[in-house]
Amino acid sequence: MKEKTHVDDIDRSMYDFRNEDKDAYKLDEGLTKEIVLQISEEKNDPEWMRDLRLRSLEIYNKMEAPNWGPALDGLDMDHIVTYVRKNTKLADNWEEVPQEVKDTFEKLGIPQAERKSLAGVGAQYDSELVYHNVREDVARLGVVYTDIESALRGEYADMIKEHFMTLLPPSDHKFCALHGAVWSGGSFVYVPKGVKVDIPLQSYFRLNAKGAGQFEHTLIIVDEGADLHFIEGCSAPKYNVANLHAGCVELFVRKNARLRYSTIENWSKNMYNLNSKRALVEEGGKVEWVSGSFGSHISYLYPMSILKGRGSRMEFTGISFAGKGQNLDTGAKVVQLAPDTSAFISTKSISKGGGVCTFRSTVKVAKEAENSKTAVSCESLMLDSESRSDTIPAMDIRCKSADVGHEAQIGKISDEAVFYLMSRGMSEEDAKALIVSGFADNVSKELPLEYAIEMNNLIRLEMKGSIG
Amino acid sequence: MSEKFLEVKDLHVSVQDKEILHGIDLNIKKGEVHVLMGPNGTGKSTLGYALIGNPKYEITQGSIIFNGEDLTEESVDKRAKAGMFLSFQNPLEVPGVTLSSFIRSALEQITGERTKVWDFKKKLKATMDILDMDHEYADRDLNVGFSGGEKKKAEILQLLMLEPSFAILDETDSGLDVDAVRTVSAGIEEYQRRCKGSLLIITHSTKILESLKVDKTHVMIEGKIAKTGGSELVNFINEKGFGDGLE
Repeated sequence: MKEKTHVDDIDRSMYDFRNEDKDAYKLDEGLTKEIVLQISEEKNDPEWMRDLRLRSLEIYNKMEAPNWGPALDGLDMDHIVTYVRKNTKLADNWEEVPQEVKDTFEKLGIPQAERKSLAGVGAQYDSELVYHNVREDVARLGVVYTDIESALRGEYADMIKEHFMTLLPPSDHKFCALHGAVWSGGSFVYVPKGVKVDIPLQSYFRLNAKGAGQFEHTLIIVDEGADLHFIEGCSAPKYNVANLHAGCVELFVRKNARLRYSTIENWSKNMYNLNSKRALVEEGGKVEWVSGSFGSHISYLYPMSILKGRGSRMEFTGISFAGKGQNLDTGAKVVQLAPDTSAFISTKSISKGGGVCTFRSTVKVAKEAENSKTAVSCESLMLDSESRSDTIPAMDIRCKSADVGHEAQIGKISDEAVFYLMSRGMSEEDAKALIVSGFADNVSKELPLEYAIEMNNLIRLEMKGSIG
Repeated sequence: MSEKFLEVKDLHVSVQDKEILHGIDLNIKKGEVHVLMGPNGTGKSTLGYALIGNPKYEITQGSIIFNGEDLTEESVDKRAKAGMFLSFQNPLEVPGVTLSSFIRSALEQITGERTKVWDFKKKLKATMDILDMDHEYADRDLNVGFSGGEKKKAEILQLLMLEPSFAILDETDSGLDVDAVRTVSAGIEEYQRRCKGSLLIITHSTKILESLKVDKTHVMIEGKIAKTGGSELVNFINEKGFGDGLE
């Protein structure tokens, strides 16, 4: 006899506070050439950027939305506001940030984390960055950490032009094109040759406005032999209309450099998260992705690593947690183009309350990629019988000497394990939360302590009241 | 102090609508050691699970009174908080949760107080020494990759750290080599010293009982207690088995 279990939705009030956007500058809903030009003008774009925006818009208008993933019917671009700016300037001191915005980031713990354990912080509120600061000692090493807009006008303008949307061209997919047309905010990081930044840099993106889109662009270049850990956090309050997030992340990892890119995305459950991330890794370089996807109504997210140089490596550690009304289509992609490259993809997914988690991976090994190694493993945990979990791996191997492995496991939370923990005095809720945290342990172990704690809190929050 | 501690009255237990135990009566006083023997598949582990409160084992009739409290309808965590403990025959593996953090959170749940990290670690290490356990096991995931013997020792470690007033040991000695049985016995003696707790030991062998003072022995056959005696019954069964002679 099988009993149908039911797991309720959770109280997300600690992330759900929202501010009025009465004193914000906001463009009309929808997407037209006029709006794109208006954004471009507002930002004082160089000519090439304005052209890129217009070209992107054309591509966007021609391209079809993807039809192979979760339904995007609820997303009506005619009602998404693409640009919202708080009436404030970019500050490098929290005192200069408007009180209400500052309070928001205080509640999210950003200034506190900056004081404790970060080398630099950027904070974006709706479409624009409101705060940016890098520790002096880090800046002195030549590390550049700024918003893309400032970089476009400064000393690194050529570097931006040379790299911007080259890994993720607007033609990649419809939402990449959308991003190209209306992108705003984000971060530019450059770590010079041989510089090892031993404490992380962090950007935090907060989308406050109702029915708006956030399209930040992250461009990171880690030069030869350099080392960086970059962290991104995202959240938004809940509204009853759709919000959209279509960011782009482009990572360039030069010869023998290492970049760790960690992100915890915790969007509210009305968010369409259609995010694109891609890394290009040169000889002996390494990119490490640590990725947690918690919120959002629908997510499409498959960070790709292109292993271009001999001996380049990638590691991807990810977790997705889908609750009621959530459909998270996530995974990772890797393209191995050179000999001796290695890729290690390890993901976990948790679904409950009718939530859907799909793991999608693509592995391509070119015929030049001799003696390459690839290992893909995904484990799914379903907390009740109404939730769903799918695995869709694709592999295209053109090299005989490549060593490729794939492992998938789908399981349910074991009643015996819950009983075992409860027999030591734990409540059912605590026992289940402990098992789920344990399941997610490989990801939390990879995160800096504060983030590991936040992730465990999120799991605890998600598990609360989950006994039906 | 009342004589009565654990009182099981006319306990009927079903698993998937099939009755396994047909009316068990059992009285265990404070500090007493009872031994439960019997052929395989006769319901000994079922009694253990029913006492601790495994939801798959349905109590259809009778009652469990523990320390004056009727626990018949209570959930397993409530029974654990009331002072019951079961050492599992096959302890579960729980990845991502270390043995030490698990014991600590269980302890905090039972006592409702935060443990002091330093004191806890000190006590944990000292207790692991009694059980001849390598300290590195404290930081390993709960039972994951533990050998059979290590799992059993980890159960006794939990017994000693959580200090329940009544413990059921379900074939804790099975599958252990001579040295491991001796170590586990030492752990059980330590439990009696520390907690003056009562024990119900389910076993097939007499090795584990050698250093313990057994108060009562019960023989279970086909879901019923067929005979109850003193420690001499252990030796009798050892020689004659569960065949005739028992009636």
